[in-house]
Amino acid sequence: MSALTRKAWRDLWHLRGQALAIALVIAGGVATLVMSQSTYESLTATREQFYRQAALADLWAPLVRAPDTLLARLAALPGVQTVQARLLALGTLGVPGFDEPVRAEVVSLPLEGGQPLLNQVQLRSGRLPDAELDNEVVVGEAFAAAHALRVGDSLRMTLRGRQRWLRVVGVGTSPEYVYQSPPGTVFPDFKRYAVLWMNRHAMERALDMDGAFNNVVLRLLPAARPAAVIAGLDGALARYGGVGAYGRHEQTSARYLEEEMRQLRTMARLFPAIFLGVAAFLLHVVLMRLIGTQREQIGVLKAFGYSHRALAGHYLGMAAAIALLGALLGIALGAGLGRWLAHVYQDIYRFPFLAWRLSPWAIATGTAVSLAAAAAGALMALRAAASLPPAEAMRAPAPPRFGPTLIERLGLQRWLSQPARMVLRDLERRPGRAAFTVLGLALACAVIMVGRFQDDAVGYMVDTQLSLAQHHDLAVNFIEPAPRRVLFELAALPGVREAEPIRTAPVRLVHGLRSYRTVIEGLPPAARLRRPLDVRLGVVTPPADGVLLTDYLQRMLALEPGDTIEVQALQGHRHVRDVRVAGFVRETIGAQGYMDLDALNRLLGDGDVVSGVLLGVLPGAEADVYARLDRRPWVAGISSRLASVRSFYATMGESLLVFTWVAALLGGVINFGLVYNAARISLSERGRELASLRVLGMTEGEVSALLLGQLGLLVAISLPFGFAAGWGLCWVMVQGFQSELFRIPIRLTTATYAFAGLMVLGASVVSALLVHRRIARLDLIAVLKTRE
Amino acid sequence: MAVTTPLPAAEAVFRARGLTKTYRMGEVEVHALRGVDLDLFRGEFVVLLGPSGSGKSTLLNILGGLDAPSAGEVWYEGHHLTGASERELTLFRREHVGFVFQFYNLIPSLTARENVAIVTEIAEQPMTPEEALARVDLADRMDHFPAQLSGGQQQRVAIARAIAKRPAVLLCDEPTGALDSATGVRVLEALERVNAELGTTTVVITHNADIARMAHRVLYLGDGRIVREERPARRTPAKELRW
Ligand SMILES: Nc1ncnc2c1ncn2[C@@H]1O[C@H](COP(=O)(O)OP(=O)(O)O)[C@@H](O)[C@H]1O
Ligand SMILES: [Mg+2]
Repeated sequence: MSALTRKAWRDLWHLRGQALAIALVIAGGVATLVMSQSTYESLTATREQFYRQAALADLWAPLVRAPDTLLARLAALPGVQTVQARLLALGTLGVPGFDEPVRAEVVSLPLEGGQPLLNQVQLRSGRLPDAELDNEVVVGEAFAAAHALRVGDSLRMTLRGRQRWLRVVGVGTSPEYVYQSPPGTVFPDFKRYAVLWMNRHAMERALDMDGAFNNVVLRLLPAARPAAVIAGLDGALARYGGVGAYGRHEQTSARYLEEEMRQLRTMARLFPAIFLGVAAFLLHVVLMRLIGTQREQIGVLKAFGYSHRALAGHYLGMAAAIALLGALLGIALGAGLGRWLAHVYQDIYRFPFLAWRLSPWAIATGTAVSLAAAAAGALMALRAAASLPPAEAMRAPAPPRFGPTLIERLGLQRWLSQPARMVLRDLERRPGRAAFTVLGLALACAVIMVGRFQDDAVGYMVDTQLSLAQHHDLAVNFIEPAPRRVLFELAALPGVREAEPIRTAPVRLVHGLRSYRTVIEGLPPAARLRRPLDVRLGVVTPPADGVLLTDYLQRMLALEPGDTIEVQALQGHRHVRDVRVAGFVRETIGAQGYMDLDALNRLLGDGDVVSGVLLGVLPGAEADVYARLDRRPWVAGISSRLASVRSFYATMGESLLVFTWVAALLGGVINFGLVYNAARISLSERGRELASLRVLGMTEGEVSALLLGQLGLLVAISLPFGFAAGWGLCWVMVQGFQSELFRIPIRLTTATYAFAGLMVLGASVVSALLVHRRIARLDLIAVLKTRE
Repeated sequence: MAVTTPLPAAEAVFRARGLTKTYRMGEVEVHALRGVDLDLFRGEFVVLLGPSGSGKSTLLNILGGLDAPSAGEVWYEGHHLTGASERELTLFRREHVGFVFQFYNLIPSLTARENVAIVTEIAEQPMTPEEALARVDLADRMDHFPAQLSGGQQQRVAIARAIAKRPAVLLCDEPTGALDSATGVRVLEALERVNAELGTTTVVITHNADIARMAHRVLYLGDGRIVREERPARRTPAKELRW
């Protein structure tokens, strides 16, 4: 080993504290990248594999009722490869020991038994129902897990007002219900929404659908044009109450899953970019300072004939060693976290397997970025040190030139103690360095805020969407639109405080070449239980004509207020009408339209009907009202608002919390790395000065205060910048997270600012304590003996 | 013991003509050198004497290729140093010059032996680090780190480091400046021995007039000029010096 190599290792060992702190920062950045990218790639691969294995359909076509004899015609449509007819129905479930409303989507299995051709059920336990038996079901895994249901358990199902007991014979998942959210809501509720698979025979009897189907799914030939097949299907099914066929990109589960994958990808790009960027920046700054302290050694080596290239190699090697250590730690950590995170997602989506892969791209990129940042930092520092003539580098550094600080020039010095003046003058003498430290600290603070931000945002979304905009306790929806007078029947139920009609109509909105499949909700004038909000959270009432749209649709469909939009009703007479866009409402969850109930009914042309009722219920009466409603045959589903809010928090809460802490930890590590290094470098630069002060009789505490006070001041200065940077990063994230599922609003609570601030202070205090120990151990004689 | 003064062969190793060096400090110009002509001969032991700020270090650094003059020219054995590239200067230093500094400037993370090795590893025909250290009487301290050595010992390691490559010229900037007199004498003895045994042209900067007594030739620098030159009739051995 050459002496220069030996020097590199010894220096690294000597600087191990600092080197480790830097490596940790890098590890944080690389880990985030490896974790999120690997998770993203694994889940995408898992999804594709699952879709393939379980034969996810290409097209879905809901309708009212068609005879099985129609199937041959559908199969003959050009481009169609496979057709599978089935019955779908909404019902309610009674789970022993759980007295809240549970909605169930029931899917039929083929008459002859066995798996359907498309959208097959992946059994996790048990078996498919016996073709001969009518009371056997397979329940969705998520629901089963939420209620700890097992094969052999019993459930009470209400379908069209008729109750019956069912026996669970299997637990499974299906590629069309990966993302399970109850109709009309966006977020999953595993406790209150179930997917069940039953024999078709049993369903035919329950629904009076002998020899008929109400839903058909198709697989296309590879060369088929989906739009042409959809047009053919819609034509064939129009007579049978078809409401428009759609492909995967409009199928709820596939679409939401796609959306979630997109967000995951955004996250997999954005966070690592932020973390790795910050880490690279810190690495750069810290290396600059570290190498700066070796100015004289660089001078000597140059004086003895070491070339720039040799010295560059030396310091690059040291920087690369630190970066590689960090990258390796990061890869290991990221692989572990990624595996764990992917399993968390696998659990949420109930994928029967996980196609885990460690992203080679992330590993290569993470390592490359770390090395590049290290190299850039080392080279810039070296250039600064090497651009000095060697003689200069070794000259006993002239006492740095100090002047009165701004504060002193302002005449405020009498308020400052002598040490305070030293602190201020030292800062003013090196404004660039102070600025770098402040910037780094601000970024660390920002990273912590990004972690907390989602929590705030979700809280705000729930507050506005589920509290301000919605006031009902129970939402009842009917099997098919019913005359408005049912409202009075429900309002008269004991325990019901108020009742409001609502009509939810599936539509396709078309503007120019853009279109979007969603629903329009018809609300009565002066509605109290459901109130769209405008940008300022003011209540807006749909005007007598025209439609109010979620602001997200404004961008999606390129609309201006006053534009006319084509509304294609997907129900009833399936009218196509032009409707004026009366305005936009601010909604963070979902994307839909609102109209006056009467105006909507006129547009749909099927009379004065409602599709559901919103109920305000007296305290404590909810279960009772629910029980009464459940027995009515025309009730398709009942949902409790409070329960949805709770479930929403439960679903989002856990993953958000984890994320908050991961980000906080990373921010803390960054902060620690920065403060610790800044303090250690100052200590080595000012060791003589501080030792001299100790010799002159200053206590350890006083000397510490001098060094750490300066850092404390920088930390304090950095906080407002950190808060601003945090807000900025959140803004960037919000832009990346816009989706039809939800738009995260930029809302940061005081608690988040406080949390970030405290984390920064905490990490700073820890590093300060570590450095204080060093100051206490300052070897006075050694420091004063040599000039180094 | 009197050292006879064998006048070295009149062969100039260094030739400097009209050297000036001006530092700009904002508005102010500092004239560190104001026209220096100088010849250094093979095997010579030259002491450069002058008050602080007279330009001694500046001159030495220019001779050693660490710094470039504002005007004037330097030749080393017929090579034109003033026109040389950074790369050529690096090679020149690597092969021909040894430096000793007032503050030793050892690499703190390397032992005495390794501090010498770091130079011998890149030299063409060096002596071993062990031999170099033996020449400065430090054979028994080879595996000590700088922090474990006294100032005088550190300076002797620095001398070993400077001579290990068998340089043609040894440039020492106040090598005893940070040392007490007894320790300083031991350092000077080491230099004296190297000069005598290896014939290394040696330039020692000092503002200590006593040290001049051991030189073949003394140059007095004042305000950026060589104001006087002396050749002591009799050289005093280093170990008889006291100050
Ligand atoms: N880098 C520099 N910038 C400005 N002035 C300098 C610089 N280096 C040396 N000087 C000035 O040049 C003069 C000569 O310096 P120097 O050669 O170090 O003197 P000596 O070694 O004889 O004490 C001094 O006045 C010194 O202040
Ligand atoms: Mg000097």
